[in-house]
Amino acid sequence: MAAKFDNSIVRWIDHRLPIFSFMHHEMHEYPTPKNLSYWWNFGSLAGIALVVMLVTGITLAMHYTPHVDYAFSSVERIMRDVNYGWLIRYIHMNGASFFFIVVYIHIFRGLYYGSYKAPRELLWMLGVVILLLMMATAFMGYVLPWGQMSFWGATVITNLFSAIPVVGDSIVTWLWGGFAVDNATLNRFFSLHYLLPFVIVGVVVLHLVALHRFGSNNPLGIDVKGPKDQIPFHPYYTAKDAFGLGVYLIIFSAFVFFAPNYMGHPDNYIPADPLVTPAHIVPEWYFLPFYAILRAIPDKLGGVLFMFGAIAVLFILPWLDRSPVRSGQFRPIFKIFFWILVIDVVALTYLGGKPPEGWYVIASRLATAYYFIHFLVILPLLSVFETPRQLPKSISEPVTGGGAGFAGATATPREKV
Amino acid sequence: MADTHQGETRRDFLYVATAAVGAVGAACVAWPFIDQMNPAADTLALASIEFDTSTVAEGMAVTVKWRGKPVFVRHRTQQEIDEARAVPLADLRDPQTDAERATKPEQLIVVGVCTHLGCVPLGQKPSDPKGEFGGWFCPCHGSHYDTSGRIRKGPAPRNLEVPEYQYISDTVVRIG
Amino acid sequence: MIARIKTLAAAGLVAASLAAPAAMAAEGVAIPSQEWSFGGIFGTFDRAALQRGFQVYQNVCASCHGLDYVAYRNLEQLGYNEDEIKAIAAEKQVTDGPNDEGEMFERPAKPSDRFVSPFPNDAAARAANGGALPPELSLIVDARAGGADYIYAVLTGYQDAPSGVTVPDGMYYNAYFPGHQIAMPPPLFPDGVTYGDGTAATIAQQAKDVTTFLAWASEPNLEERKRAGLMTILFLLVFTGLLYATKRKIWADVH
Repeated sequence: MAAKFDNSIVRWIDHRLPIFSFMHHEMHEYPTPKNLSYWWNFGSLAGIALVVMLVTGITLAMHYTPHVDYAFSSVERIMRDVNYGWLIRYIHMNGASFFFIVVYIHIFRGLYYGSYKAPRELLWMLGVVILLLMMATAFMGYVLPWGQMSFWGATVITNLFSAIPVVGDSIVTWLWGGFAVDNATLNRFFSLHYLLPFVIVGVVVLHLVALHRFGSNNPLGIDVKGPKDQIPFHPYYTAKDAFGLGVYLIIFSAFVFFAPNYMGHPDNYIPADPLVTPAHIVPEWYFLPFYAILRAIPDKLGGVLFMFGAIAVLFILPWLDRSPVRSGQFRPIFKIFFWILVIDVVALTYLGGKPPEGWYVIASRLATAYYFIHFLVILPLLSVFETPRQLPKSISEPVTGGGAGFAGATATPREKV
Repeated sequence: MADTHQGETRRDFLYVATAAVGAVGAACVAWPFIDQMNPAADTLALASIEFDTSTVAEGMAVTVKWRGKPVFVRHRTQQEIDEARAVPLADLRDPQTDAERATKPEQLIVVGVCTHLGCVPLGQKPSDPKGEFGGWFCPCHGSHYDTSGRIRKGPAPRNLEVPEYQYISDTVVRIG
Repeated sequence: MIARIKTLAAAGLVAASLAAPAAMAAEGVAIPSQEWSFGGIFGTFDRAALQRGFQVYQNVCASCHGLDYVAYRNLEQLGYNEDEIKAIAAEKQVTDGPNDEGEMFERPAKPSDRFVSPFPNDAAARAANGGALPPELSLIVDARAGGADYIYAVLTGYQDAPSGVTVPDGMYYNAYFPGHQIAMPPPLFPDGVTYGDGTAATIAQQAKDVTTFLAWASEPNLEERKRAGLMTILFLLVFTGLLYATKRKIWADVH
């Protein structure tokens, strides 16, 4: 085993601490389906986005002061006086949004290609855990600059817990460490905002362990049938991921350098004032679909339950969609509903940013209803009634003519898993 | 055969070029993260202070804070000046004339940090031990400084540092 | 490949549409957009406009509005030299101390000090302004939807109230201020300041200049940011091109 390294120092270390063997096995030899499309870039991209957030975040923490009297001005000091502080903060601010963009695309890729299905259920569920942790981290991070949106976002979101019967108010007081969002709240949010990213790193490691157990899903959604279907991760996918990273960084830089506040809210450049609520408070864009669901339900507890339900439903998705075919490419009806779901979530995002009045309310309710119907009704029914198209025999032998289209109606409908 | 060889050279060149450009990029990205730990603009703006030496009576000394460190301003007596000037350079571990160390002979301005391991020497207050040479004495490891702040005995390698300063009027000095 | 590019483009569009809502202006009134020297990807601050704008701020705004996060030393970026900055700072008194007697004392401001606020605290500011708090201005351009266009619109937007609209005492009608009632009296008058460089001090000119100054105050690093951005993106275009060629080469033998 150790013989594969030329360098004697590497061999010496590896014999005692097999990290090089591990790296070689998991990066170099790790067999990967050879037909992964660019949609498969978003996993590694999310990993890099996380590292960028960690590095810039730890750097910002060297200059930030978590105290209600100093938080806002310490952020302004970072922006004005700290060497390259403006750059590091803008990367962190926009990095959060881009992290969510990447992860949302990653999730929708998984939804389309059935990456949540056996044997990758736990891989998927760990991913949902990462999403939840990201949301908690992003929410607490947004509080730290102690602007108006920070303060009122913290107030509104922590108040969600007051919807819990009987103990709700006690829980909110406990979260605050006082009788309103105040210094104690800011301090604990800073502490947790520093902690949670490392918890995310831990769950990401588990996510990767689960991924490497069966390897990546692929656009055809069929299992690899042997070495002919596979290529080593390195150098093929490292090169492809690197190119994808380059494209990502160009778009990211365009925002950081030329529209750094585009995805932020002007009100957060006003210091927090516990006595004045801004006219329109909206969460950051990545929370808007969930915010729309929250407001669509005319009952306080109901709204909170549905909002959390929107994520909870993802946990049980592998058991809602029982179709043995993974990839949406071979599921003609699923494919249509998938795109309706995409439009539905985009619509919820749009509606979450609008005031809760007029037709926005009705549209929000319809979109919320569709979201849950999609997962709880349509997917279970489709797995029973849909006739999938014929699956190719293997990755290296696609169905002749590349058109699974005409073959679908005829014999041998599906691969049995 | 020749074709394959050429192809490989071109391929190698591409890989090397990509890696080299990537390395340049990584270095450029690293710099802001290193530089952010350097003093910020507001810290640098406080890097110089002004001090009115006329507030120090002859024979007395005052400690002012400059860049987070003590600066000793001592209004020396004629006797102290004479003592400092009489020392032959050959007797000094870190040879410097007193004239090099004090722009105005009666005002000695030195950074009050022992050049051994960074303690603050005693000798500012009249009641303090001033060491064997009438200047300062560092209690941590027993370094003795003379009335010009020069190291005369003990483990310290160098004289007390003279900060950069200039008189912006007869009595007001700008340190830093 | 083309299909892939299409799907990626679609992803980009989705991302952009997701991003849009947060940036939309909250109020219904359309803010006319202006030409700004600092706009666009090559934009830089017009130094003469900055100095004129600073003059307007000093003569007109500074009596009520602070500039809390800007230090006098920052005026160097406007083109003032060290002595001029010292003189500007020394016009204001700041409280320092305690001195050797334990007393707080007043001293002239130094270049390292931040702009001295016109009021000791918010309560004093409200008391002096009929209950309305004049906002601190060093982030005003970043802190308002519409940014510089909005500030300019409000400064030039004082009008007689349309018939049927009654404006209470101590309030003024403004076409662009949310709710149209603003407690700040019209601040700018033709020739309210006399520019040293001979520029005619119309209301529009003063509004433009002071807005430029406030945009600088909100983001003094704007020029550095844009310069660094151009270099970064040029570099990334080259690097990504190389990465694409590398990827093609590596994948050449995969069928």
